[in-house]
This record gives sequence, C-alpha cells and structure tokens, in this order.
Amino acid sequence: MMLQQLLNGMALGMAYALIAVGYTLVFGILRLVNFSHGAVYAFGAHMVIFFIGMNFGLLPAVVFGILLSGLLGVLIDKIALNPLRKKKSPNISALITTIGVSYIIQNLLVLGFGSGRKSFPKLIESRSIMIGEAQITNIQVLMLVVSVMLFISLTVLVKYTKIGLAMRAVEQHETNAALMGIPTSFIISFTFFLGGLTAAIASVLIGSHYEIVYPTMGMMIGLKAFSAAVLGGIGVFYGSIVGGLLIGLTEALAATWFGAEYRDSVAFIVLILVLILRPMGLFGKKGLNKV
Amino acid sequence: MSEKFTVDKILIASIILLLSGLPLLGFSQYVMRIVILMGIYTILALGLNILVGYTGLVSLGHAGFFAIGAYGTAYFMIQHSISFLVALIIGTILSGVMGLILGLPTIRLSGTYLSIVTLGFAMIVQVVIMNWDSVTNGTLGMSQIPKPSIFGYVLNLANHGIYYLMLFILGLVTLGCYTIINSKIGRTLRAIKSDELATTMMGIHIDRYKILAFVLSASITGLAGGFYATLSSYIDHNSFGFDLSILILCMVILGGMGTIRGMYLGAALLIIFPEIARPLMSWRFVVYGFVLIIMMHFRPQGILGWRSRKQYPIPSELKNPYRMVEVEE
Repeated sequence: MMLQQLLNGMALGMAYALIAVGYTLVFGILRLVNFSHGAVYAFGAHMVIFFIGMNFGLLPAVVFGILLSGLLGVLIDKIALNPLRKKKSPNISALITTIGVSYIIQNLLVLGFGSGRKSFPKLIESRSIMIGEAQITNIQVLMLVVSVMLFISLTVLVKYTKIGLAMRAVEQHETNAALMGIPTSFIISFTFFLGGLTAAIASVLIGSHYEIVYPTMGMMIGLKAFSAAVLGGIGVFYGSIVGGLLIGLTEALAATWFGAEYRDSVAFIVLILVLILRPMGLFGKKGLNKV
Repeated sequence: MSEKFTVDKILIASIILLLSGLPLLGFSQYVMRIVILMGIYTILALGLNILVGYTGLVSLGHAGFFAIGAYGTAYFMIQHSISFLVALIIGTILSGVMGLILGLPTIRLSGTYLSIVTLGFAMIVQVVIMNWDSVTNGTLGMSQIPKPSIFGYVLNLANHGIYYLMLFILGLVTLGCYTIINSKIGRTLRAIKSDELATTMMGIHIDRYKILAFVLSASITGLAGGFYATLSSYIDHNSFGFDLSILILCMVILGGMGTIRGMYLGAALLIIFPEIARPLMSWRFVVYGFVLIIMMHFRPQGILGWRSRKQYPIPSELKNPYRMVEVEE
C-alpha cells in the first residue's frame, strides 16, 4: 500500500516537475511569474486532440501539438511581454499581462472545444506492471521515463551547449549579455519556446494518464507546479524536480492518511512550511526581490 | 494650491451627494445590487491597495481573507444568532488575526515568495471551507444568511437600507485608508515600498510595519467579506477562488496603485464590464484578457495612476531650505 502510494506520487510528482520547469525557466531569465503557463499546458493537450480529429495519426498529432505549444510560448513573449520589456515596465504589469494571456487562451479553448471534459487518447495500450505488492501502469512508467529523459536533455542543453551558456548569461545580466553579442531577445523567446514545449509534453503525459482533458485543466495543476518550483527554489533547475517530487509524494501520502479531500491543500501547506524555514526555497538563490 | 483644494472638496461633496441620492432615482433592484457589489469590491480594492499600492507587497490570496470574513460573519449570525454588526466585527477581527498569523512567520519572505505564500494560503482556506462541515456546511455552502438588521430594523435591497449601509462602511473604510496613508504609518509604508534598505537605515523596523499593513489589509478584506455574506445570503467555496484574488488585484492595478480614487474606478469598471459585456457571451473573458494586456501596455500605472507619482507634499509650516534662498534674495 505504502509502495503503491510512493509510486503514484512519484509519477505525479515528475509531471508537476515538468510543468514547474517551465515556470523556473522563465522566472530564471526574466524574474517573472508566468501565469499563462497553465493555459499553455491546457492548450497543448487540446491541440493534440484537434490534430487527431484532423486525422493526423497519434504520433504526428502529439508532435505537432507540442511544437505548436512551444510556438505559442514564443508568441506570448513576442506579442505581449517583449513590448513591456522594451518600455521597461514594472514587473507587476508583466504579471498582469500573463494573467490576461491565460484568460484569452483558456476562453478561446472553451470557445473552440467547449468547456466540458473530453477524452484523451492513450499514448500506448495501458497495461499494469506489478512491482512487489504495488501496481503501476505502463503510462506512469512512461511519464517517469520521459520526464527523466527530458530533464537530462534540458540540463545538458543549459549546461553544455552554446545556447545554454547564452541563457545563463541573460539570466545573470541581460544588458551585459547583450554587450557580449548575445541576441538576448532571441534567447528569451527560445526560453519561452522550451517552456511551452515542456508544458505540452507534461499535458500529453498527464492527459493520457487520466484520459481526460478540459480547458481549465491547467489552473490547479499550474498553481501546484508553481509552488513546486518555488518550493525547490524558483530559478534553480534541479529545484523544480525535487519540489515536484516532494509535492507529488506528500500529496499521495496525505491522500491515504487524511483522505483525498485534503489533497489539493497539501502542496501549499508543505510550501508554506518550507518557506518559513528556508525563505528562498530548498535550493534557491538569495536576493530575488521582484514579483 | 488652495483653489485646487476647494475644487477637490466640491467634487467630493457632490459625489457624496450623488451617491446618497442614488436610490431616489428609482433604479431596479438588479442595478442597485450591482452598485452595492461595486461598493464591496471598492472596499476590497482599498484593502489590497494598502499592501500592493503603498507597501509594495503583492498578495495573490486576498480571496482567503474575504472568505474568512464572510464565513466568520455568517457562522456567528446563523449558529449563534448574534446581531449583524457584532458578527461583522467578529468576522473582521478573525480575518485580521489570520492575517497576523500568516504574516508573522512569512513577512520576511521577499517578493515572489510572499506572493506565493498568500496564494497557497487562499487555496488552503478554500479546502478547509470545503471540508469543515460543522462550521462551513462543506461544499453545500451556507444559505439563508439573514439580512443585516440594526436595532431590529431589517436592511434589504427593497428599502435601500443595505445600500446605505454599504455607503456608510465604504465611507468609513475610505476615510480610514486616507487617514492611515497620510499618517506616519502611511509615510513609512511608502518608504518601504520605494526602498527597504534605506528605510531600515532610518531606524524603522520594516517587518513590524509590513505586518501592520498585512493585518490592516486582511481586516478590511474580511469586513468586505462579512458584508458580502449578508448581501448575497448564500456563500460557498466557489465564490472565493483564485480568480477572485486576481480580480481584486486587477482592480487595484487598473485603477491605479497607490491612489484611493483609483480603487473606486477600478472596482466600478471591472464589476460593470461583465454586465455590459453579456451580449459577447463567452467572448467576454477573451475581451477581458485583451483589456488587461492593452491596459498594461499603454498605461501600466493604471488609469488614475499619475496621482501616486506626485511628490509627498512638504507641510507649509516646515521651513523649506530651498525657499530660504529665495527669501534672502
């Protein structure tokens, strides 16, 4: 029973971590809480359904859906946020802008697909695998494997490639990075692209796990993933993984111990407790003052 | 200077006159209800403004304090048959105490971290409401909350009593905010907003003032919540979600952070908007999103935001060192 919950929590936690990475990427570079991220997450799953409806076949549909979400991320940056940066607007304007963007995306999804729940196709034929007493579906295994692979490639990208170096440079000081010949605005757009990509991958995985998607699906999970990112220390890469796993696991355990109805609050209770003890999150850097 | 002052006075007097005469114009109960809602949201915006506009702390969880005020007031009115005013005060205090409990350990968190704590707090409040059946009646919500009555005289929409009550509370809160903002506390809060380090250097315990702002803001929000409960006579957990917190924040920013009149405008606009945008059907939230984005692009300081940019007026009885030079000449 215990093992079962741990496995469930881990699979869910990795999904949280995947979404959390999107918050962290953007926050690291812009010091901005990107509230449109949850909407992009929902957008990804809906695009996949749309392409399947257009008879693209499952795999191309998934690929197109994910790429399109990445492009949506870029679009959000280019249309809504980039002009604000150019004007050196206060950070809170950018925050409100991302909220506005999320309203637009969510409600366009409602207009296009209806507000109801829609079934999401399984990526692979679901089967159960027994590990000792516990049972895990192969979709959950897929969630774990894909997330881990994605994290490894993201880490490699940020740490060992040229564009990753540029990202880190922009994160440290945008003006200086620009003086060094880094095309900062391209780098920021690229970051948004990665954010959209990871969000869509997460939504495809979670969608095929629950087999259900709806326009507001990104709301709650987005907030939880955001708190996972903050919990680990927002702006720090591995922090989101630890934060996501921590929240996934405590949620699964709390659901068995206290009942499922308290499930949604656990993430936030853990978050507040951790922040009281460690104000910067578990692995956070000091000196983040903006909102 | 004094001329401007009288213009302001006349303006305020005429607005008060207009507002108190509003029921005589014979609007339908539907319209009056919306006007009262505007009043409630103005109170909410004024409450949040203390934090966001003057202290520079962004709360994403004021729906939580609103809920505590509403449920507190409703609970004491229904279960203990306590009269409206006392229950309202209890609700307000409860909310303020929650603000203190939340603020004490978390106020030293910086920017984003504090915002996410408030967000989490509101989420926790919502879950507690859904599960604490003996007090909040769970997901069914509390219904048949009595209308406010003062000395046995029931105030409702039909006799406009509830409107005047709203006006009274709104006036009180506005006056309170105005007094606080222009007092030593208000100056300190603004100092904290513009530079925390410099404020600390002046020998001010910024944490104390931040907590004070937090508690004040939470209390005002709770007050609005208690009043809202009796107005709508039915509350459930859905009324206090994340969207509400965001709505209040948008009012503050749209109207103009750090101004009092901006709160009136922000609340009025964002309450009227969904009503007049009804023909747009599902498109209205898309439009709402666009309005926010366009607004932030062209007027990030809010519609009436220019006011907060004005320098703090040096009282005339203080000798201005620069004016001395002129005198010598």
